[in-house]
Amino acid sequence: MISNNEEFISQLADKYGRNRESLLPMLQEVMDQFYYLNEDCMITIAKELDISTADVYGTASFYSFLDTNEQGKHVIRVCQTIICDMKRKEDIIDAITELIGIKPGETTHDGKFSLHYTNCLGACHKGPAMLINDEPYTELTPEKVKDILVSYMKK
Amino acid sequence: MATELKRTELIFREDIDHSALIRKIMKMGKDSFITELIESGLKGRGGAGFPTGLKWKIVKEDPNPVKYIICNADEGEPGTFKDKEILEKASEKVIWGMALAAYITGAKEGYIYIRAEYKYLSTKLKIAIDRMESHIRTLGINFKLGLIFGAGAYICGEETALIQSMEGRRGEPTNKPPYPVNKGYLDRPTVVNNVETFVNAMIIADIGAEEYRKLGTKASQGSKLFSISGDCSKEGVFELEMGMTVQQFVDEFGDGDTKAVQVGGASGFCVPRKEFKNTIIGFEGVPTGGSMKVFNSSRSMYNILENYLIFFEEESCGQCTPCRVGTQQLLHGIRAVKRKEKPKIYLDELLRLAYTMKYASKCGLGRSVGNAFRSIIENFREEIVY
Repeated sequence: MISNNEEFISQLADKYGRNRESLLPMLQEVMDQFYYLNEDCMITIAKELDISTADVYGTASFYSFLDTNEQGKHVIRVCQTIICDMKRKEDIIDAITELIGIKPGETTHDGKFSLHYTNCLGACHKGPAMLINDEPYTELTPEKVKDILVSYMKK
Repeated sequence: MATELKRTELIFREDIDHSALIRKIMKMGKDSFITELIESGLKGRGGAGFPTGLKWKIVKEDPNPVKYIICNADEGEPGTFKDKEILEKASEKVIWGMALAAYITGAKEGYIYIRAEYKYLSTKLKIAIDRMESHIRTLGINFKLGLIFGAGAYICGEETALIQSMEGRRGEPTNKPPYPVNKGYLDRPTVVNNVETFVNAMIIADIGAEEYRKLGTKASQGSKLFSISGDCSKEGVFELEMGMTVQQFVDEFGDGDTKAVQVGGASGFCVPRKEFKNTIIGFEGVPTGGSMKVFNSSRSMYNILENYLIFFEEESCGQCTPCRVGTQQLLHGIRAVKRKEKPKIYLDELLRLAYTMKYASKCGLGRSVGNAFRSIIENFREEIVY
């Protein structure tokens, strides 16, 4: 595993270059691969870029889309900002909780889903809105959310 | 009878031959186009309103051989979604607008910094970028354009924070000066413009400053995309001329029971019904990055303000104390007043705190939290207290 990580990170460093500007794209690729930033990867990145591990962690922890604790394979982010709030985003959260049994901030036991609140997704005119991984879903209703989640359960 | 709002159809017009436009500008000459851009009165469409022509001129005149063009597509202001609409429907114009900026300033490299939430647009954008790069090469211009993704941080829409993030750091704003035009990405002269600004530069290249100036008002030239949402008769992105009053806007877009309009997103101003008639939307009145959120009388202004403050408390980068502590205390403060743990005059103390934040915060985030806070507290005090 460790040597695998090292190889993976080294390939990323080859791809983006061994300089500070490569840090974010590298962290983003680790997210795509492991769904979160494990300590081992962050340490290896620090070595590759010749910066301190604290610097890597400090940068990673700044961004809400870079997670330093384990996440599910599919991360659901429901918009909590005012217009989606007015359009009953809580009904969407309730529907998700009912179907997969987790509240915002939690991950399912099988590691399939994580649920989070997020800030304005830029879909106010089509709220309530959510993001699953990179895919936006808008004009949600509790029924629609269930159909969407079922399709992800099969993935 | 309400007066008709002036609509324009420029941003999403499709019949434009971009490479012919660039050829036209090449014939016209760099300096003439910069003069044209300055005369057009175009101001940055991200909300801050810096004259675009001047920005390009400063970077053009810098002797540094390496310069960058950056498109700020980190649209995160609550209630704003017009940049997404542009990137979905008119991405070519943005990309060619960046190429135009590169030609004028002599930059060879550019980046679109796009928020993580819009990552689904990347495939389409990459295709459009490839097409532009090969076209522009045939004109003898070398310009390489890349995509950089944000990672979920509202503050990275602030240009110095955006540059920090591009350089692989925490997205914490830096002091200005130095401005990005002098010392931007990797300490090189850098043009950072909003998505819509690049499109407007292309429109000016097409129709000329004189035609462009006929749109809008003296202080707010041209047309503007508005992101309209909330309790509306119709929601979505609309291209309107600036300089209308909030009343005109509400007559067209409201649901007939509009109590307040939030102009300019959570960091903008909340305009109450009694001010609709004498508030102009534009740089001479309430400035806006294009977000218009409409609230009817069924909405609690307390909930709206609390929602904004939760947003700011989370999105404050935390490096400067007025903003980090200020956003927390404003939120705790209105909750305490609501729960009757603090007397209602405590709101005046919170207003003083918001005032301090406006002057003591390092960047626009902390400085503008007080806009919505003050305008809601002053106009809807009873809703906050009871």
